[in-house]
Amino acid sequence: MIKNFRIIPRIDIKGVNVIKGIQMEGLRVMGDPSNLSEKYYQDGADELIFLDSVATLYGRNHLHPLIEKIAKNIFIPITVGGGIRSIEDVEELLMSGADKIAINTALVLNPNLITKVANRYGSQCLVVSIEAKKINDGLWEVYTNNGRERTNVMVSDWVRSVIQMGAGEILLTSVDKDGTEKGFDYDLVGMVTSISSVPVIASGGMGSAEDMIKVVEFSNADAIAVGAILHKNKLTINQMRKRAIELNFNLRSYDHE
Amino acid sequence: MIMSDVTIIDYGSGNMLSVKRGFEYFGIMVEISSDPAKVKNAKKIVLPGVGAFPSAMQALYDRNLIKSIFDAANSNVPILGICLGMQLLMDKSTEFGDTNGLGLISGTVEKVIGNSGDGGTLKVPHIGWTPILKLGKKTNWEESILRNIRVGQSAYFAHSYVAKLKNKSDCLAISEYGDQGFPSVIRNRNITGCQFHPEKSGQVGLNILKAFCDK
Repeated sequence: MIKNFRIIPRIDIKGVNVIKGIQMEGLRVMGDPSNLSEKYYQDGADELIFLDSVATLYGRNHLHPLIEKIAKNIFIPITVGGGIRSIEDVEELLMSGADKIAINTALVLNPNLITKVANRYGSQCLVVSIEAKKINDGLWEVYTNNGRERTNVMVSDWVRSVIQMGAGEILLTSVDKDGTEKGFDYDLVGMVTSISSVPVIASGGMGSAEDMIKVVEFSNADAIAVGAILHKNKLTINQMRKRAIELNFNLRSYDHE
Repeated sequence: MIMSDVTIIDYGSGNMLSVKRGFEYFGIMVEISSDPAKVKNAKKIVLPGVGAFPSAMQALYDRNLIKSIFDAANSNVPILGICLGMQLLMDKSTEFGDTNGLGLISGTVEKVIGNSGDGGTLKVPHIGWTPILKLGKKTNWEESILRNIRVGQSAYFAHSYVAKLKNKSDCLAISEYGDQGFPSVIRNRNITGCQFHPEKSGQVGLNILKAFCDK
């Protein structure tokens, strides 16, 4: 049976502008998040992910006003992440209009938060965001703080832990590949999907529609998060959908109205 | 006092605001209320829901909302349950041990289990977009909330449990996950349920919310 997968634009935000990190260092401004969101929604994106890129540095997530604005006109699932530290942070963002919350650093520091969020709001609203950097063949280490800090925790162990504690989905970003547009870390994604009983969103490195096909077909990703190439308009959602449909993937049926 | 067209029940469930925004897109007047009197006298009722079945039923009970829902149901008030809200309409769920539901549509709620069709087991929760289909050719969507959508249009699902209906006639639409089909829209007279999130299913979902209001 050919797979069903989701195409999820990932919008990294610093201040009011969308930015893109290259291997998570060095930032480039790409556009207005409201406009991009609207465009991707109209083009048939399945969901949207918003990450507050500097939240951890400044202490908290500041995306509430943006999310409130977007949620009024965009009726697909919205995931928000970046600097979320407590159940109060989660509550505030859900009230602003987020459907799902992506948490990384805070969970590594305080794994109990996973169970707290899952119990209060349900697993389906909790996306555990994992940044992974390759150490060796078959081995990846968990990083936090937008790829800046190592943890000495192995990705495979962390994946098993978070699922046990109540993660609903995993957003898996390759620190090595992020922003390079040279393809995903297919081995990383394949490893995680093989041990994960929850859906896995592959992120970091998409450079072409073929990369997308490869990470779904061979690495078994359930969804792909795409950033830079989309914001730069090097590839459009239409092109991605067209390619996937040509190859008989089950995508959301979407009529451009 | 102008009455709202739709009353969304507030029992602490997470997605009330999204549902409200979905209706407001069409300029429909919506109120969110946990007041049993308002719920009982509502023109139309939406029961949203995310999270776990037992705590949701407990929340409804604690807020004295169950009788109001029953009264509205018996007075032919249209009621729409969304996601967990749909599951609550049924007789019972096996989530965290057996819990009784509202019993407005016959059947039980059980965990998603199955094979993905390529040798693996299904990921749980089921998260993603999948088409809304008719169970049988004779199924008529004309008088239902699905009258503005076409067979095969997709909606967004995020759930770990599915309904097992006692009566096939209560199945308005099915959807597929892996090698199994499950009810995606159920209905018994004035009581309707969607397993998916119409407030998160783009224009298709919005059309479904509008149809609920227009009836």
